Amino acid sequence: MIESVFQLITQYLLQPAVSFVLPVDYQAEGLYVLQTVVKIMAILTPVLVTVAYFTYAERKVIGFIQGRIGPNRVGFFGFSLWGLGQPIADAVKLIVKEIVIPTGSNKTLFVIAPILSLAPSLAAWAVIPFDDTKVLANINAGLLYVLALTSLAVYGVIIAGWASNSKYAFLGAMRSAAQIVAYEIAMGFALVGVLVAAGSLNLGDIVYAQSGSFIHWFWLPLLPLFVVYFISGVAETNRAPFDVAEGESEIVAGFHVEYGGMAFSVFFMAEYANMVLIAVLSAIMFCGGWLSPVQGIVPESFLSTPLIGAVLDEGMHWLLIKTSFFMFLFLWFRATFPRYRYDQIMRLGWKVFIPITIVWLVVIASLVVGQVPPWFDG
Amino acid sequence: MIEQLVFYLFGAVLLISASMVVIMRNPVHAALFLVLAFFSSAAIWLLLQAEFLAIALVLVYVGAVMVLFLFVVMMLDINLVALREGFARYLPIGLTIAILMVIAMGLVVSSDYFVGDEFLVKRTLADDYSNTRELGLTLYTEYLFQFEVAGAILLVAIIAAISLSMSKLKITRSKEPGDQVLVKKEQRLRIVKMKAEKSS
Amino acid sequence: MDAIKNYVTSLFLWELLKGLQLTGRYLFKRKITVQYPEEKTPQSHRFRGLHALRRYPNGEERCIACKLCEAVCPAVAITISSEQRDDGSRRTTQYDIDLTKCIFCGFCEESCPVDSIVETRIFEYHGEKRGDLLMTKQRLLEIGDMAEQQIAEDRARDAFYR
Repeated sequence: MIESVFQLITQYLLQPAVSFVLPVDYQAEGLYVLQTVVKIMAILTPVLVTVAYFTYAERKVIGFIQGRIGPNRVGFFGFSLWGLGQPIADAVKLIVKEIVIPTGSNKTLFVIAPILSLAPSLAAWAVIPFDDTKVLANINAGLLYVLALTSLAVYGVIIAGWASNSKYAFLGAMRSAAQIVAYEIAMGFALVGVLVAAGSLNLGDIVYAQSGSFIHWFWLPLLPLFVVYFISGVAETNRAPFDVAEGESEIVAGFHVEYGGMAFSVFFMAEYANMVLIAVLSAIMFCGGWLSPVQGIVPESFLSTPLIGAVLDEGMHWLLIKTSFFMFLFLWFRATFPRYRYDQIMRLGWKVFIPITIVWLVVIASLVVGQVPPWFDG
Repeated sequence: MIEQLVFYLFGAVLLISASMVVIMRNPVHAALFLVLAFFSSAAIWLLLQAEFLAIALVLVYVGAVMVLFLFVVMMLDINLVALREGFARYLPIGLTIAILMVIAMGLVVSSDYFVGDEFLVKRTLADDYSNTRELGLTLYTEYLFQFEVAGAILLVAIIAAISLSMSKLKITRSKEPGDQVLVKKEQRLRIVKMKAEKSS
Repeated sequence: MDAIKNYVTSLFLWELLKGLQLTGRYLFKRKITVQYPEEKTPQSHRFRGLHALRRYPNGEERCIACKLCEAVCPAVAITISSEQRDDGSRRTTQYDIDLTKCIFCGFCEESCPVDSIVETRIFEYHGEKRGDLLMTKQRLLEIGDMAEQQIAEDRARDAFYR
């Protein structure tokens, strides 16, 4: 369905536009550029809507766990609708607010910093495969690309902390930088485990390497790496219980203490976009991406039955379900665990996670060499 | 067409940011321009179909090395006046080194390796060609010994750095969280029964 | 044996999972939020809200200007001036309570020998301009007239304890 819509857009919107504006020689390239832009919009619009409603979900879930009901007033057209209008009201409020640039701050860097923290987490979506065909850039080194981009997010934090000319912001930036660098190593090693198990850096191939039912997925042979990856992901995104970079009870709001209005909300979006990204990556690399958990268990003929067959069959909806589960985990963690002390965070990253991942890399390599079924035979 | 545009764009960004690294007075700005320079050279490597190297450059240099670099530079309180004092004194040495480097680079570029027709046409690669695989194969077969030696040297460097920074004296009072978790109530709490004193 | 048990439980994050289980259960528990404008929590008859001056059933104001409330007020929020009325009784000419100073301790109510100054259950009030929260004698009497029924009921319920 998405493909046919895309073709319609190409045929009736892009092609006339290109043939109208560009000379004949460059039309093919112009069309390609426009098509890519349309694809990027098709990916990023849902991502940003998800980010907006993720903030709503967070307030709802944490409220529910604390015996409250969360936002439930703002709705549409006079109906409260469980407060579904809340993110939009928040966005409007933040957009119309003034951005205060502190005196003595570095103006250029102060403005660039939020963009630098949001851009990598959006750019990483280029290589995420939603389906066996739906991926913007099917590059070979997709895993490395994702790792490189997630490592860039720290610049937004450091520059924001430094450019604000504020001690709290600087403290937050320093904490965050040390933390992200520490956990990136554990995260990288966990991904090396995935790479060894799948034998490819291409995210699509990694999903294919997990085909079979849910016991064929990598979460089972790579269980320690999976746990390490997800916890490192929580630490990378500066989320509770690793949110010392914000540490509202110690250093007010950490690196974005001087930011207000839209500049602040871009940081906020970056944090949530990073969480969604970590969730979707966990789903792809350890839980079989778009593959169905009952693949191979339910007979093939059953999959052709209408409705139920379509639901049980592999497809984008499975990726969405798995991603939603991991996104929920982020919120669940925040509602459950108290904040780590800073030295304990460092100890966990360097002295616990990195040794665990290195040991398990040896284990997984021997499993792969030994072609242990049901994961590595064939 | 697009490729050429992208190449010139990133080439220009690379040249400008590289010169800004030298020109900028604020060390933090210089470091950030260095990051931009790394980034644009990675983009140019991508155009040359060396995606593994390009991404590794971003991952290692931009993502890790430059972060630590910035970390240090931001902490420093640099007196710019004192730094600029010795300009004339160091100029001859600096110039000599710069000229030597230009000569060396010129020699490398004009050597036999980089001439010939194969560099004039873009190589078309098979669809299943994987940069990473090729690099890995070369690294672990042809250059295995050199690779292992480099690894060993890096390991020695890590151990050296740790042993230098670790002081023999135990001056910190930090607790081991593992031990703290294991503590039971019985180890810390002693309930003593005492007879009540009678007032006479 | 203990060491092994500790090792295994910490390796499998046992205590973290227990914490998650606890919060996970609370996710589905009944929510206790009170939807304020539509729902309200029950109030005690001793609730200390907005002040009021009461009258006797014949319409005579109770206050005899003894100034005990002014004396006892810890926040010095009450100002009273008095004068002899034509019939020879002592009455207030001014009875101001500055609500921005008041801490709603209820001492004025306790000290009043004639049950004149009381605190009502009204708590939803606001001031839109400067001076709105300075309650004069007239406004206090108005509130008293308005809420007399509730006030009398509450005093009656509390009479046993006084």
